[in-house]
Amino acid sequence: MTADPRVMTRDQAQQLIERTIKLSKADAIQVNIGGGYAANVRFADNRISTAGGVSTANVNIQSAFGAKHAVVSTNDSSDASLERAVRQSEALAKLAPDDPESMPPLGPQEYGEVRSYFDSTANLGPDGRAESARVAIEPCRSAGDLKAAGFLQTGIGAGAVGNNKGLFAYQSGTSANYTLTVRTVDGTGSGWAGADHPDWSKLDVKAVAQHAIEKARLSRNPVAVEPGRYTVILEPQAVGDLVQLLAFALDARSADEGRSAFSKQGGGTKLGEKIVDERVNLFSDPGDQDLLTNTFDGQGLPSRRQEWIKNGVLQKLTYSRFWAQKNNKQPDAGTNAVKLAGGTESIEDLIKATPRGILVTRLWYLRPVDPRTVLYTGLTRDGTFLIENGKISKAVKNLRFNESPLFMLNNLDALGRTSRVAGTEAGGDVVMPVLKVRDFNFTSLSDAV
Amino acid sequence: MTSRRDFLKKTGAAAALAAAGSMLYPGLASSLGAAPIYPHGVGAFEELPIKELLMEALNATKAAGATWSDARIGRYRQNFVGTREKQIVQVGDTDSIGIGIRALVNGAWGFAATQNLTKDGIVAAAREAAGIAKANRVPGAAPVVLAASQSYPNATWKSTFEIDPFTIPIEQKAQLLIDANTEAMKVANVKFVNSFLFFVKEDRNYANSDGSFITQTVIRSWVPFTATAVSTDFSDFQSRGNVVQPAGRGWEYILAADLKGNAQKWGEEAAEKLKAKPVDVGRYDLVLHPSHLWLTIHESIGHPTELDRAMGYEANYAGTSFVSPPEKVLGTLKYGPPIMNIQGDRTQEGGCATIGYDDDGVKAESFLIIKDGVFHDYQTSREQAPWLEAYYKKNNMPIKSHGCANADNWSSVQFQRMPNVSLMPGAQDKKWEDLIAATDNGIGIIGDGSFSIDQQRYNAQFGGQVFYEIKSGKITGMLKDVAYQMKTTEFWNSMDMIGGKSSYMMGASFFDGKGQPPQVGAVSHGCVPARFRNINVINTGRKA
Repeated sequence: MTADPRVMTRDQAQQLIERTIKLSKADAIQVNIGGGYAANVRFADNRISTAGGVSTANVNIQSAFGAKHAVVSTNDSSDASLERAVRQSEALAKLAPDDPESMPPLGPQEYGEVRSYFDSTANLGPDGRAESARVAIEPCRSAGDLKAAGFLQTGIGAGAVGNNKGLFAYQSGTSANYTLTVRTVDGTGSGWAGADHPDWSKLDVKAVAQHAIEKARLSRNPVAVEPGRYTVILEPQAVGDLVQLLAFALDARSADEGRSAFSKQGGGTKLGEKIVDERVNLFSDPGDQDLLTNTFDGQGLPSRRQEWIKNGVLQKLTYSRFWAQKNNKQPDAGTNAVKLAGGTESIEDLIKATPRGILVTRLWYLRPVDPRTVLYTGLTRDGTFLIENGKISKAVKNLRFNESPLFMLNNLDALGRTSRVAGTEAGGDVVMPVLKVRDFNFTSLSDAV
Repeated sequence: MTSRRDFLKKTGAAAALAAAGSMLYPGLASSLGAAPIYPHGVGAFEELPIKELLMEALNATKAAGATWSDARIGRYRQNFVGTREKQIVQVGDTDSIGIGIRALVNGAWGFAATQNLTKDGIVAAAREAAGIAKANRVPGAAPVVLAASQSYPNATWKSTFEIDPFTIPIEQKAQLLIDANTEAMKVANVKFVNSFLFFVKEDRNYANSDGSFITQTVIRSWVPFTATAVSTDFSDFQSRGNVVQPAGRGWEYILAADLKGNAQKWGEEAAEKLKAKPVDVGRYDLVLHPSHLWLTIHESIGHPTELDRAMGYEANYAGTSFVSPPEKVLGTLKYGPPIMNIQGDRTQEGGCATIGYDDDGVKAESFLIIKDGVFHDYQTSREQAPWLEAYYKKNNMPIKSHGCANADNWSSVQFQRMPNVSLMPGAQDKKWEDLIAATDNGIGIIGDGSFSIDQQRYNAQFGGQVFYEIKSGKITGMLKDVAYQMKTTEFWNSMDMIGGKSSYMMGASFFDGKGQPPQVGAVSHGCVPARFRNINVINTGRKA
């Protein structure tokens, strides 16, 4: 499946890991390898500003003596270099104090099959990349009153993990991410759009350009609205910006220790309790056709379908290997891929059914304010509109919010169609529906365009 | 953009690496990088014929049509030790060696990087950089023009450090942290402590087609430390963190921070927050400690005065700037009161952004960004300085770069990054205590906490670590759930008292994010305590 010479094959990965393990004198060794080629083109002010291609390869070696362990990252695949790195990790591990939570090496695991490598992405060259920039630059340049700024990044590569207890996992993959901001020359309007998928052929760059241009024009000369609580329609990107942060708070140990939004007053956790609207279903699934993500994590644990929230009930918290063993639970692979199940209605349908509200394109600069409630602050950006009588009536100034995804998902009015988002601040693979929610908490106005 | 997200991302990367390596898809792996493929007969970085290889790169870009080029061979190392409570969590080293080559062809940039340091590898990357430059021409776009710079044919520079942290044994580092954790946990209700030591060492070698060849060594150090107190009935938890600021210094800086001696105080502050009074919303005079104010300077002055942001180059990610367009704000925008002087400086001893020569080959310097309250100049690189030609000519200022080009790794392309941006001390030698004594109804804030600002830097919200109620010139107790909301120029113009020389100190961000693909930058901000009048304070506590 992977014939590109820039990407390690399964056999090459296995041989490299086995060669490295043979060099080990430690009780345990785990080897992670990864690498490939990442290319990008960046444009702004209607011109290409920078572009580049970077080949990388990487070997991480973790050696352990009893409960002492250390990791060294360095590489090239020559025996001499690998040996140096193995010795260094052993020397560091011997010096390290005992880790009372260290876990024995993981034995062989079973992994699902996910096709995440696409030739369309691997075959995109510098001319094709530059062309994707021109697709946005040319209409803006010829319009005269618009400026395009955007970024395309593609990657091809492979990653593998193995240890001296027979664990081995390998996956190759591609990635393509295109984002575009179009601003009006008078500085009063800004529109954003993006697309993301492992398969380059699924990115409709022209549609992204049209969408961003439309938003830029529509967002000109925004008016101020009073900050306060509003019915809000959040596009999938804005939903992802907030809901993804909920996934980061799902750690079982913090909840058990009383320092999480999912800790229960008096002790214990909120597992099994209804925490949000019953229409909310949040899950991870590497094989989901919109996600197509890693089938294992850096420790070699298999990534499987996980239902975090089912029908509004907190179904699952994530357990590290240590915490799982201590509590007699199954350990979970780390993931930054989440999907919130949606409905059938389009954004337009939701707007039509809204007498008064605010339409939000995306959120920006989200920062935690209170971990007790997963409360975040941040601002709207690049397309914020007032909805009146089922129609977008005017552009409004951007607003700062102080809001929690937990509160928001309790105030759910409607869920619409899902899409894979391209611009989430925290990265990862995120698929979200458009949402309509009540009482979204805007606390101040911003003059930023 | 800034630090916390990138800190999380990077320590996330470090943690994943610590948990034995992350799945490294390209694009996510850039700063972890790779070690090199060396030329025949070379076994280690120290043995590389660096100058020869850099010249190889410059010759190959020239042969491929470049009118200007530069090349950087670098070694970028990190060392970290992480602990929680009484135990080690992880120790690790990262090491990344390679070359990045930049070529200007027909007025457009191309960049390529490789860890293959053989002659063939370097020539291939040089040709790739030139090829990408050729593909990138957009008809009608103005060509890139670089401001002139002196050449430095044989320059060397080393940052300020007495003890190289990379020579300190790992067990000594771990013990230092665990001893501090133990002290903090002696305090009632303090149940958790997370502490880290994080060190960076960069060997940077640079050559450009102007004839410069520059060799530099940089060390930076940081101690993330957070104590968390949990109330007995699980109804509340509070943390005290960000206790020691990062610095462009070595192991001696860590020792001087006296973690063990201070840890109990930090633990007590976390525990006291459990009992603190929730703040009443309203308007207060804020007395901001330098350990807090540095971040407000970073976000509301540092970023908006980057010229690439003002010109729209960061529009698709970090954003643009309200300090724009240049011709309407330079020399006229009243940023703050006449006591406000803000300096950009890459020469300041111990600063995280301090360097000898930048990644355009320009010698580091200091310059005023805000002069007597009025916006005076932007942060610039060689590509950007000519954009301000009209202003510089009119004011008899030279058209030259302020030396702000930087790349976070050999594998990243250099662009404009923030120098150390600092609030200069006032003429009178006032201290934190003097500002509190002069305040009737205020809140004193120590330490940086939650922060968020819009993409043009008008509207921001900041939390903190420790909040004190000030009544009639005295601290009367601790507050919690405090955040202030502000509009940048309104806020700075409300500043009516600042500390003097003896109260000046530096804060810093170790992982300031900017650019696509995102790069991290390390930057310090010196400042004195300052008072701001009548600022809007909100209460961030809500019921789950």
